[in-house]
Amino acid sequence: MKRKKKMKPCYTIAVTGLNAIDSPGPGVPVIRSLKEASSFDVRIIGLSYEALEPGIYMRNLVDKVYQVPYPSAGTDMMFERFRYIQSIEKIDFLFPNFDAELFNFIKLEQKLRDELGVRMVVPSLQQFESRNKVNLFEYGKNHGVKVPAATLVHSAREVSAKLVDMNFPIVVKGKFYDAKIAYTNEQAIQHFDKISAQWGLPVLLQEFIPGTELNVCGVGDGAGKLVGAVPMRKLYITDKGKAWAGVTISDKKLIDLTRKLVKETQWNGPFELEVMKTVDDKYYLIEINPRFPAWCYLTTGAGQNQVESVVNIGMGNDVTYFRKYETGKLFIRYAYDMIVNMNEFEQISINGEL
Amino acid sequence: MKLKKDIAISDSGFLFNPSSGDSYTANPIATEILKYMQSGFSNEQIIVSIMESYEVERSTIEKDLFDLESMLSNYKLTR
Repeated sequence: MKRKKKMKPCYTIAVTGLNAIDSPGPGVPVIRSLKEASSFDVRIIGLSYEALEPGIYMRNLVDKVYQVPYPSAGTDMMFERFRYIQSIEKIDFLFPNFDAELFNFIKLEQKLRDELGVRMVVPSLQQFESRNKVNLFEYGKNHGVKVPAATLVHSAREVSAKLVDMNFPIVVKGKFYDAKIAYTNEQAIQHFDKISAQWGLPVLLQEFIPGTELNVCGVGDGAGKLVGAVPMRKLYITDKGKAWAGVTISDKKLIDLTRKLVKETQWNGPFELEVMKTVDDKYYLIEINPRFPAWCYLTTGAGQNQVESVVNIGMGNDVTYFRKYETGKLFIRYAYDMIVNMNEFEQISINGEL
Repeated sequence: MKLKKDIAISDSGFLFNPSSGDSYTANPIATEILKYMQSGFSNEQIIVSIMESYEVERSTIEKDLFDLESMLSNYKLTR
C-alpha cells in the first residue's frame, strides 16, 4: 500500500522592507528564505512604502505588491489599508521588517489577527520598548549583560554638558538608525546635529568599546526558548557600517549569552544582537534589533531557516528548534540592475498596487 | 606549540578560524608545518621531518619555525 503524501499548506505571507539600497531592508532575504521553506508553500505579498523599492519589481520573488502608508500616518490608516488588501488577498501571516513600523504593528497585532485573520510573531510592547537603545543600559543591568554606559541628549548644549563625564572616543547614535564615532567635543556636536535632523530626538551618547563586532540572528519562541541562533562576523563593511560580506562563526559564549537573554526576556519572534567582543573576551551588548536583519538569509544558508520557524510559530504548527549550524558559511552581497518597464512603475505609483 | 583544535587547514594552505571568522593563506612549507602541528608533532619532530624532505640547514628551519609560531600566536591560532 502506498503511503499518502502529506499535503503542504500554502500560506499567503505579506512582507515589508523591500528596499535594497546600501543599507538594505530585510524583506527580500526574508522572502528568499520563505521560498525555501520545506514545511509550507508560499504566495508573497510585498508591502512597500515607496515606488522605487527594488523588491516591488522582483516578480520571481513577489506575487503582488501593495503600497502601505508610512508609520507616521498612524495605526488607523494602516489598519484600513490592511482591511482593503485583505478584501482582495487572504494574508495568513505578516512579517514587519522595519524598526520604525514595529510599534504600530505591535499595537495592531490583536486587531489584525481577530478582525482580519492576519497573524504575526512580534515582541510585546514591553519587550520592544525595554530593548530600545535609549533603555538598553538599564536593560543590560536588569538581565546581567554588559552594556556600554550611555546617556540621552536632546540638544547640542546638553551634548557638551554630558561629555564632561565621558571619555573620548564616544559613539553618537540615532534613536532608530545611524551611529558615528566622535573623538572631540566638536565632532560629537556635528554628529548630534546630523543624526537628530535625520532621525529625531533623543540622541544617544554611548561609551565606545574597542573590539570586534559580532552579530547574532535568532528567534525566541515567546516562552523563553531559543528557536535558533547564528552568529556572524562582518568581513566587509560599507561606509554606513552595514555588512556587505560576512561569515558564520563558532562562538559558544555568544550563543550562551543569546540563550540567556531569550530566557530572561521571554523574547517573542526574530531579533538581531549586535555585540562587541573585546580583546580579553568580554561581550558587550551594543544593540538589540527587534526583527530579522538584512543578512538573515545567511542563517538559511547555514542550515537554520529561522524565517520558516517564525511562520510555524505564528501558524501554531510544529516548530523546529535548531541546535546546530554550519560555520564558515559566507554571504557576499551584490548590487544588481533590474530593467523595469515604465508601466510597472506607473502602476505602483498611481494605483499603489502591482 | 599547539594549534587550536577547530582551525581548519586545507591542502592548498587556506586556514579558517571558526571562532573569529578570520582566514589566512600559508605557503607550501608553512602548510606542511601546520599539518605536522595538527598531527601533534613536537618542534623537534617537525624540524627533523622538514630536514628529511628538503635540503636545508637546521638553523634556517629553526628560525622559520620560530617566526611561524610567533605569527600563529599573534593571530590567536594557538592554545
